[in-house]
Amino acid sequence: MSRLTSTNISIAKEIIGRYPRPKSALIPLLHLSQEQNGYVTTEAMSHLAELLGLTPADVYGTATFYEMFKFEPVGQYCISVCTNISCQLLGAWELLEHAEARLGVKAGSTTDDGRFTLEDVECIAACTEAPAVQVNYRYRHCVTPAAFDQLVDDLSAGRLSEEVPPHGTLARVRQRTTAGWSGTATAQQATVDAL
Amino acid sequence: MSDQDEQPEHEQHFRVEGMVPTGDAIITARFDRDDSHTYDGYVSSGGYTALRKALTEMSAATVHNEIKLSEIQGRGGAGFPAGIKWGFLPEGVYPRYVVVNGDESEPGTYKDRMLMERDPHQLIEGTVLTCYAVDAAQAFLYVRGEMALAQERLAQALNEAYERNLVGRNVLGSDFSVDITLTWGAGAYIVGEETALIESLEGERGMPRLKPPFFPAVKGLYLQPTIVNNVETLANVPYIVNEGGQTFHDIGAPTSTGMRMFAVSGHVNRPGVFEVPNGVTTFRMLFEAPEYCGGVRDGRAIKAFIPGGASAPWFYEEHLDFPLDKPTVDKAGSMLGSGAIVVMDERTDVVAACWRIVRFFARESCGKCTPCREGTTWLERVLKRILDGAGRAEDLDTLLSVSENISPGLTFPPRQTTICPLGPSAVAPITSAIERFRDEFEHYIDHGVPKDGIDRHPITATGVPVHA
Repeated sequence: MSRLTSTNISIAKEIIGRYPRPKSALIPLLHLSQEQNGYVTTEAMSHLAELLGLTPADVYGTATFYEMFKFEPVGQYCISVCTNISCQLLGAWELLEHAEARLGVKAGSTTDDGRFTLEDVECIAACTEAPAVQVNYRYRHCVTPAAFDQLVDDLSAGRLSEEVPPHGTLARVRQRTTAGWSGTATAQQATVDAL
Repeated sequence: MSDQDEQPEHEQHFRVEGMVPTGDAIITARFDRDDSHTYDGYVSSGGYTALRKALTEMSAATVHNEIKLSEIQGRGGAGFPAGIKWGFLPEGVYPRYVVVNGDESEPGTYKDRMLMERDPHQLIEGTVLTCYAVDAAQAFLYVRGEMALAQERLAQALNEAYERNLVGRNVLGSDFSVDITLTWGAGAYIVGEETALIESLEGERGMPRLKPPFFPAVKGLYLQPTIVNNVETLANVPYIVNEGGQTFHDIGAPTSTGMRMFAVSGHVNRPGVFEVPNGVTTFRMLFEAPEYCGGVRDGRAIKAFIPGGASAPWFYEEHLDFPLDKPTVDKAGSMLGSGAIVVMDERTDVVAACWRIVRFFARESCGKCTPCREGTTWLERVLKRILDGAGRAEDLDTLLSVSENISPGLTFPPRQTTICPLGPSAVAPITSAIERFRDEFEHYIDHGVPKDGIDRHPITATGVPVHA
């Protein structure tokens, strides 16, 4: 299923309502579709275009700029190893080498069983806790090779399923609809647009 | 790597202890509370008093004036005084917007995430106060995409704040109404640049706009007047409103006021994020004092350190006694930028360090300007071939010549042939490293390996793909 579900369409409409112009909701909606499907499908992009009054090319053009959007299936767990300067200084490449051996894939690829995708990523703002890793954008600090193995074991055994949601899910708390006031700002903008 | 199996508990070092004659922690004061991210935790420790005070006792102009008096410099990188920035909004032009820049991604920078995760209400209060001061009816909190917990905590806090009428229509029964929209990115360093952030917030590719004419205060979001401020800057606003701009100004140095957060990472014994008096604490104090970083790992000497994020030219032992003061650091040819300090000890492979920073900029170049798009990619490739033992005699000249095409004159602050400062940022580590450590580059080129006494990393990465 690639188009947004009816529940997600309602969420999408709430999100769109919080911006003066619909296109501003595009990135949050791409995340929503990735949350639903695990990655951003072509059909999903067409659907978002319909919802926002854009062309599919508009959606694709924006989506492809951003690293977090995946256009083909990725593992259930996307493990991102930071190798930027602070982490490099404290053993990130040694860790990545270990991770590649442990998972049997090179950075940038997914294990055959579809469980893990390994990435060599840029700074994830945990520099004082180097080397830093994220699993589906949940942090692991000061990761040693032993800690990495433990992490993979725990993920495989489902021991972290509460803490680490499937790939695509970011915040598990959503902003609730804000009625009213922003409508005024939007109306002001509409007036400006009409001039 | 030594002590690979030790799991240091760094996260405890967020409080400032002792050593602070002129004040105490301001924006990290709640960090040691377990409930610092909740409404109850915030309110029971003095939260939202500034907003009540402003709405009952102060006009918008008075709030703005306190910020001007505080002379707080923006904490995002450029260090521009926030009070002056707010004053750039043209009179009588509406709607106008406030955008909170929480897209923290400068390598080494680790403070805004802490502020969003651990004290989200403080940021929300600062944002509402800012909207009040500049008469904006809507604010956007733009959080970096990869920061799931920060998004979660802010969403929770925003819902709590709306329920209690701290945001929304007629805030706390006053005439003032404001909406805050939580929004988030999807992985692009360049979106931390304010005009790129605005493009992203409009649903576009995050490519910077040319200034002029697109100064956000005049032509920002939807080409309307827009104030873009960093998370740390706005987190300070409740304190300034409560205590007065002058009180804030009295902390730190007159040229760098208030407290400021610095993240120290790399080869120190206790890396951490510290909120210290701005402008007076020296690099040496930060690196050596037991209450801060406790010295360099294994008692080694410092080879170089980056004073303000990957974009900053490097500093060396002769700069250790400099205070963390904007004019002092600027005058010495670098910058405090986003408060990210990275320490490299004597065994550091500076060629690899230089390559890694350049690879970052090559990957993150948005591709809009040719000198940056092509230049950073070539700089990365040349550095990588030196590291791989395939360096050529002319490579250092090539690196400097490509750098010169991105940033004519190789000065700092840089001149640029690009729209935004990303391209010149890639040049800073190259000019720094080649000027200071030319022998190490030449050794790599001549022998294919680093000099003796240098720790080599098993770099498995392939090059950066050429932009499509």
